[in-house]
Amino acid sequence: MSTNGQNVNTALPTYTKKDFESGVDPRWCPGCGDYSIINQVQRALPAVGVKRENIVFISGIGCSSRFPYYMNNYGMHTLHGRAPSFASGLKVSRPELQVWIVTGDGDALAIGGNHFIHAMRRNLDLKMLLFNNRIYGLTKGQVSPTSELGKKTKTTPHGSPDYPFNPPALALGAGATFVARTIDVEGAHMGGVLKAAAEHKGSTLVEVFQNCPVFNDGAYEFLTDKAVKADALLRMEQGKPLVFGKDNKKGIRFNPQSAELEVVTIGDGGVTEKDILVHDATREDPTIAFMLANLSMKPGFPTPIGVFRNVRMPTCEELTWQIIDGAKAKKPDASLEKLLAGSDTWTIG
Amino acid sequence: MSTQVSAGKHTVEQVEAVTIRFVGDSGDGMQLTGTEFTRASALAGNDLATFPDYPAEIRAPAGSLYGVSGYQVNFGAREIHTPGDAPDVLVAMNPAALKTNLADLKPGGMLLVNAGAFTAGNLEKAGYKTNPLEDAALTQTYKLVPVDMNKLTETALAGSGLSSKEVARCKNYFALGLMYWLYSRPIEPQLEAIQRKFAKKPEFASANAAVFKAGHAYGETSEVFYQRYQVPASKLAAGTYRNVTGNFATALGFATVARLTGRQVFLGSYPITPATEILQEMSYFKEHGVVTYQAEDEIAGIGSAIGAAFGGALACTSTSGPGLALKTEMMGLAVITELPLVIVNVQRGGPSTGMPTKTEQADLLMALFGRHGEAPMPVLAAQSPADCFWSAIEAMKIATKWMTPVLLLTDGYLGNGSEPFKVPSLDELPKLQVKYQTVPNYADGAQYMPYLRDDKLVRPWAVPGTPGLEHRVGGLEKDSLSGMVSYDGMNHERMVKTRAQKIRNVVEDVPDVETFGAASGDLLLVSWGGTFGAVRGAAEELQARGKAVSHVHLRWLNPLPKNLGEVLRRFKKVFVPEVNDGQLAFYLRGKFPGVDPLQFNRINGKPIKIGELVGKVLEVL
Ligand SMILES: Cc1ncc(C[n+]2csc(CCOP(=O)(O)OP(=O)(O)O)c2C)c(N)n1
Ligand code: SF4
Ligand SMILES: [Mg+2]
Repeated sequence: MSTNGQNVNTALPTYTKKDFESGVDPRWCPGCGDYSIINQVQRALPAVGVKRENIVFISGIGCSSRFPYYMNNYGMHTLHGRAPSFASGLKVSRPELQVWIVTGDGDALAIGGNHFIHAMRRNLDLKMLLFNNRIYGLTKGQVSPTSELGKKTKTTPHGSPDYPFNPPALALGAGATFVARTIDVEGAHMGGVLKAAAEHKGSTLVEVFQNCPVFNDGAYEFLTDKAVKADALLRMEQGKPLVFGKDNKKGIRFNPQSAELEVVTIGDGGVTEKDILVHDATREDPTIAFMLANLSMKPGFPTPIGVFRNVRMPTCEELTWQIIDGAKAKKPDASLEKLLAGSDTWTIG
Repeated sequence: MSTQVSAGKHTVEQVEAVTIRFVGDSGDGMQLTGTEFTRASALAGNDLATFPDYPAEIRAPAGSLYGVSGYQVNFGAREIHTPGDAPDVLVAMNPAALKTNLADLKPGGMLLVNAGAFTAGNLEKAGYKTNPLEDAALTQTYKLVPVDMNKLTETALAGSGLSSKEVARCKNYFALGLMYWLYSRPIEPQLEAIQRKFAKKPEFASANAAVFKAGHAYGETSEVFYQRYQVPASKLAAGTYRNVTGNFATALGFATVARLTGRQVFLGSYPITPATEILQEMSYFKEHGVVTYQAEDEIAGIGSAIGAAFGGALACTSTSGPGLALKTEMMGLAVITELPLVIVNVQRGGPSTGMPTKTEQADLLMALFGRHGEAPMPVLAAQSPADCFWSAIEAMKIATKWMTPVLLLTDGYLGNGSEPFKVPSLDELPKLQVKYQTVPNYADGAQYMPYLRDDKLVRPWAVPGTPGLEHRVGGLEKDSLSGMVSYDGMNHERMVKTRAQKIRNVVEDVPDVETFGAASGDLLLVSWGGTFGAVRGAAEELQARGKAVSHVHLRWLNPLPKNLGEVLRRFKKVFVPEVNDGQLAFYLRGKFPGVDPLQFNRINGKPIKIGELVGKVLEVL
């Protein structure tokens, strides 16, 4: 189905960032990481090659989910946790649209956990941006499914007794074909990840580490602080060895004996650059991607950012429309009369 | 009324209407037997109504009382409103089926039993101390016809090479063949149907055909029956007919909408008894422009539909009670975003899982009021299986015309029950117009205002892909013009009242109620939804007895028809029979102060019986 817009302009206009600003001033708190994310998204979209009117942003509920109101596209601000369901219906119905989902850690992983895993497994071409501030922002500071163990919040004054989700690992486990992570303060990195996400066809999770200066300030200082950054952050780059640390002397090696990833230092004990795992997000088998996603769970290991997985598989909407087109081709003489009459009728009079 | 003619060695008695109930183990194929016999009745031109009644368990232990599955069909030469109160013929395939159904059989009715299943083991499972077939009282009260169908089936299939288990599975065709003989049905269509059904398994096709013929021949040769029956074709309006269940008709209605408009119809749904067939059937209508999506739960089912509606599809979602409960938050969003959507609720016995395979009408108040905030929406209820077709189209027409979610109520009885559906000609179908906004509507074409309404208070529908009309919708209250988020209290009040007024305006598309019978009198029966047939049948009977009783049926529950209040007040008494604890009665009391309906509430998982209702009305007249 296509729209019946009469003034459809077939040529792709040249856009600037401004074309994607709705003119409504964002109402996030000063210093909120959400500002830098929307800034990067609005900068990335002009180069994506899709007309503004064919892009849709769908969000759930939370600070992060106010996002569509500030974008000059079609948008829906929906219900807490449910954004993937609207996006899925829209994408199946109108596969030609580029559909983005904006969600938070509570929105996507607590109340919306079921929709999240199903959106990932179906491999609909939905591009999910998960703003992970490890806290419930909009409701003013309760523990979230990504809050660390022991975290003190308004609802866990004695420390959180439960273990957090790791969103990329969860998405990979659910079958997502594109999984990436970036950080609000890493503008250039985020731009690259967003571009790759826009280009991917299939279920897409981009986790953005987002600082909430009001209710969880400094949540990512262990990564972003200049003093520790080099050792804490692992930048995954396609086709390049997974190295980090000052002078990139540390690296990730796959140990075939233990079947685990380990941190090694180039030059120590005969370790050379050749021993370091070369990053390949296009491996169809998600096992290594899953190991990388879980890397930061181990003490002393760095936290990877970049693209974990980027695999092209037929999307759910492609398969759906293949089936529909097949059904139509098989019955070229289908008509309303035939539909109404069916095959088992009798006549009176 | 019956006439005798002789045919061969058996006389043929013409009867006007008959109710037959097939009952057996859930593994005995009673639903198939019932549907096949129904098809034959339909092809013979009878009017009919059916009522499948099956247990929640898929394969309850064989022979158990709770594993009994039944299928009742009422067919006749006259107009048939219901599946019939009490069966004239009970076909019982085992002791448990006999035990659970015998009380319903009319005294003097025919009791055809598979005597071969009355083994010591089965008798014990059914709780019989002695074999009831040897009970003299049974023969005195009913025309008992014990037939060892197990043995006769085995004989018919001797040398077929089928295992004894496979042979046993064919015995329902013996019963079917016998009933074909008894009701003078031509056997060829059934033989063809068997070939079609078992096309991929020719050995089963020939086995079932052989058993079917054996059953038929048994009637002719066994000397057990001294006469056969014939139910002449009914005087239905001239036309082409097909037999439809309510769920199929609902699906057909939505597919028809796709054809009528040339637009995509999108169904987002999640399986739940007794609504599942709507999703199943619609997934076969792809070539007509239907897209189906089986979501991960009911919430995502309606969510996907709202997403598709935002994209311009004619969207619907189907469910039953517990699923409707899950959808309520989403229904609020559909109300505030003013997107067109049809929500079908095939009601079943509740609360909670309740009686999932049994019918009920207990979601009326939930449909009308069961949402947070002020969230009115049009509510329509189908009145018969075939009417589900018209209701689905009407619901979609209202949804798109008025930019609103619409709730369509059917129920398990309508959904699974069937009746002849007169295939409409194209010019009998309603006209549906789907209009998208394609150009800016404000400031001389400079701006798009998503909440700029027309004189009926309907807002425009601009869909993604339309340049220049980019806008955002959502759950936060919106400015009454620009659609921007607004926290202004007076704007909220204005929006609440405007949305409510818009739904009240829908009344212009709600036909006045028609009074069946005199325009005033002693008592007015008021029904809604699936009780139509029983209440109409009762009204006819009461009128035939000279009572000043009329009947009004409500298809629209919100808005209510304009003339309803006036009609109610023309009668001394208003009487509301329902398969719930009095929900319409409660609603009418609130809507029409001074009107205090008498109630009859049957909540036993079955449709109301005409005879029972007639009795209740006579008590209060
Ligand atoms: C059904 C429902 N339950 C609860 C809420 C309240 N609520 C709104 S946002 C939110 C949590 C948001 O946290 P997150 O998704 O992490 O987003 P953030 O505000 O941190 O960006 C909750 C619990 C709601 N709006 N709807
Ligand atoms: S509460 Fe936190 S996440 Fe929400 S807007 Fe303020 S800073 Fe951002
Ligand atoms: Mg959060």
